[in-house]
Amino acid sequence: MNITAEEKGDKTLISLKEERIDAHNSLELKDFLQKLLENGRTLLIVDLTPVRFIDSSGLGALLSGYKNANLRQGHLVLTGLQPRVHSMFELTRLHRVFEIYPSLDEALAASHEGNPNAANRH
Amino acid sequence: MLPTDIDLEVTVPTQTRYLALVGNIAELLVREIEEYAGDRETLAYHLNLVLTEALANAIEHSLCCSPKQKLRVHIHVEGESLCIQVYDQGMGFDLDAVPQPDFEQLDERGRGIFFIRTLMDSVNYHRGSNGNCLEMHMKLARHA
Repeated sequence: MNITAEEKGDKTLISLKEERIDAHNSLELKDFLQKLLENGRTLLIVDLTPVRFIDSSGLGALLSGYKNANLRQGHLVLTGLQPRVHSMFELTRLHRVFEIYPSLDEALAASHEGNPNAANRH
Repeated sequence: MLPTDIDLEVTVPTQTRYLALVGNIAELLVREIEEYAGDRETLAYHLNLVLTEALANAIEHSLCCSPKQKLRVHIHVEGESLCIQVYDQGMGFDLDAVPQPDFEQLDERGRGIFFIRTLMDSVNYHRGSNGNCLEMHMKLARHA
């Protein structure tokens, strides 16, 4: 899986450079997020801009990162969702769980002080 | 004039690396459905997703079996009927025992069959001595 992590102050920007997240590469994404969290990077922004397809295992990998970030008093937020990818979050009600930002700038500017109303303006 | 029917069969190894291939074939097939009255791009995504989930599920239940085993996909479009059959030779599973996901619980698993049930009009699973078959039907909106 083509995935990178870049430090942006106290936050970490994870950029997925894949068109597709499915059962073939979702475990790699899950492990990547887990390692960042174990290394103390607990404010994660996942940029899904190139992703045009996600399946249930991809949603599961992101959910794993979300839950593990919360366990460490951190946050995992999403940005760059294409409309059909966003519809998969809606279908599974996960758009109510994740903070989803319409742009990377807004995700970077967010305070992550527990204000869910600031997000999900996709 | 009646729209052209489509009958397609694909066989792939029981490996996740082929999920994208089969999913992309499903998207290309949607382009060939003449006189489709719905949103073609949405149908393409949905068929890609349904096949990806069906094959991933079959692969998960085939882990005890030989890696030489294959998955066979049959897609048939006739009139307003779309039928997808995914055949595997694994252990099989009990479709009726798969619960609806509890959206309040943030389980990482359990959404694959939910996607299939939601996006298709009917879903059945047959277990047989010569293999198993997940059969899914959808009614297509087509201009006459």
